[in-house]
Amino acid sequence: MKPFGYLRATSVEEAVRAAAGRPGARFLGGGTNLVDLMKLGVEAPPLLIDVTRLPLADIEELPDGGLRIGAMVRNSDLAAAVAVRERYPVLSQALLAGASGQLRNTATTGGNLLQRTRCLYFQDTTKPCNKRSPGTGCPARDGVHRDLAVLGHSAHCVATQPSDLAVALAALDAEVQLHGPDGERTVAVTDFHRLPGDRPEQDTVIRPGELLTAVRLPPAAPGARSRYRKARDRASFAFALASVAAVLEVRDGVVGRAALAFGGLAHRPWRARAAEEVLHGAPATEDTFARAADAELAAARPLRDNAFKVELARNLAVSVLTGLASPAADR
Amino acid sequence: MEPTSPPADGGGAAPAAESRSELVLHVNDVAYTVTVDHRTTVLDLLREHFGLTGAKKGCDHGQCGACTVLVDGRRANSCLLLAVAQDGRRLTTVEGLAEGERLHPLQEAFLDRDAFQCGYCTPGQLCSAAGVLAEAADGFPSHVTPATADPTAPVALTADEIRERMSGNLCRCGAYPRIVEAVADAGARPGGTARSAGQEVAR
Ligand SMILES: Cc1cc2nc3c(=O)[nH]c(=O)nc-3n(C[C@H](O)[C@H](O)[C@H](O)COP(=O)(O)OP(=O)(O)OC[C@H]3O[C@@H](n4cnc5c(N)ncnc54)[C@H](O)[C@@H]3O)c2cc1C
Ligand code: SF4
Ligand code: FES
Ligand code: FES
Repeated sequence: MKPFGYLRATSVEEAVRAAAGRPGARFLGGGTNLVDLMKLGVEAPPLLIDVTRLPLADIEELPDGGLRIGAMVRNSDLAAAVAVRERYPVLSQALLAGASGQLRNTATTGGNLLQRTRCLYFQDTTKPCNKRSPGTGCPARDGVHRDLAVLGHSAHCVATQPSDLAVALAALDAEVQLHGPDGERTVAVTDFHRLPGDRPEQDTVIRPGELLTAVRLPPAAPGARSRYRKARDRASFAFALASVAAVLEVRDGVVGRAALAFGGLAHRPWRARAAEEVLHGAPATEDTFARAADAELAAARPLRDNAFKVELARNLAVSVLTGLASPAADR
Repeated sequence: MEPTSPPADGGGAAPAAESRSELVLHVNDVAYTVTVDHRTTVLDLLREHFGLTGAKKGCDHGQCGACTVLVDGRRANSCLLLAVAQDGRRLTTVEGLAEGERLHPLQEAFLDRDAFQCGYCTPGQLCSAAGVLAEAADGFPSHVTPATADPTAPVALTADEIRERMSGNLCRCGAYPRIVEAVADAGARPGGTARSAGQEVAR
């Protein structure tokens, strides 16, 4: 690790000003990803701006019935919050499906959304990687890519976005609030993470020096149920091979509101708009759910070793939607 | 204190004066003022500066749990915590679990159940389990907690709950079955949870 300066920010303005004054500076949340990458030499910031003591660690009720989640709320506290468990179960479940108890105690909401890909080449500074060193190439395309993307990838990068939290937030139509040198702005979570295109070095639309201050959830859809399910190589403590976040409302056997997002398949949480079109107004049957999943996954372009993910995602989606549609038969 | 592993490149990305800070840490209930190189992790500080070698360096990347300690009563991987960021925090290591000669209920249970072989992972298992007991008592859910559970009630530590909650602690000797039994025993003992709970968690 290279030596670096450390600043414990006491206000959002101070943090943003410090970042603007020091190119390459990084905000330090729980550090569970950043410190790891600094050890690996992937990150070598000249200055860490510790934002964990900022007054952004609360979960507040919004006048419209939604929630505002401060960016410093720890993953375990967010998953345990009664308002989240009761009104947004998919969000609590997504967090609890990720990492370990120790890591969730440390990881922050903001840091989780901004964690970098787990692509092996990205983490190994002896290898080329367009995301880490633009223009050096993408060895994963023809190399080890079993875990990587089947949707939305480019010739330049086939990485996946690893956050489980982001997938649930995409299905919930959440927004992130950003505070930068030019003031504040709000971005939908579905627009926050990018597809790699020819600029894989840019994971999200965040601008240099912008601080993620909060996540806003719209009111929970009345009458809808929600669920997160994740497939991984072991029963616990592993990243997603594929995951599904779903919100479903069924009235008189017909699908009303439906929101579906896939994780582990792309460079961003994959909101399944084509599937949702099939779902809306259709009979809430397994057949409909299968057609919906197929409609979305028709766009998949698997790599040599990860075609299995497409079927995995399809089966997850069908089983989650079927479970949500039949509360009685559901656990 | 210097980092244990020499920097790959001494080339000062930051001036020396800017790369060290003084901070106060409460380690097993004693307050210390230390000056650290910003690169120092809590794990390295505990082992190299305080001589507290209970917490182990298994992977150094958050993947094995051998370095688990309690920070303000909550379990964390000390290999991924920068010491400088913990100013004012209370650290509890495996050396601080016992009260004098009286072992922590978890330590008793691990001995009773013979819940280890080589013992390398054990300090991390113990600190993690202390965190698990407190989290379950505070009603924190896990991946296997039924969605229908009362979100304000303590969670009963079934074997499934313990396995899931302890999944961040690997054991190369495969002592898992007995670790699960030991944690269940300690959880069932009155007072088994109280001492590790540390501060109330705001929700
Ligand atoms: C072994 C292991 C297993 C894991 N398994 C999973 C898993 O299954 N699922 C999953 O989802 N995650 C998993 N994770 C990842 C973990 O969830 C992330 O490391 C964590 O959420 C990051 O949060 P943090 O607060 O520690 O971020 P940090 O490490 O502090 O920061 C991450 C990045 O975000 C930036 N940043 C932090 N906060 C802000 C902010 N407020 N505004 C702007 N930028 C910011 C930092 O500069 C840095 O670039 C795992 C991690 C490990 C080590
Ligand atoms: S997939 Fe992306 S992150 Fe992985 S090697 Fe290719 S460019 Fe790098
Ligand atoms: S040494 Fe910290 S988790 Fe392995
Ligand atoms: S007892 Fe040997 S690693 Fe767990």
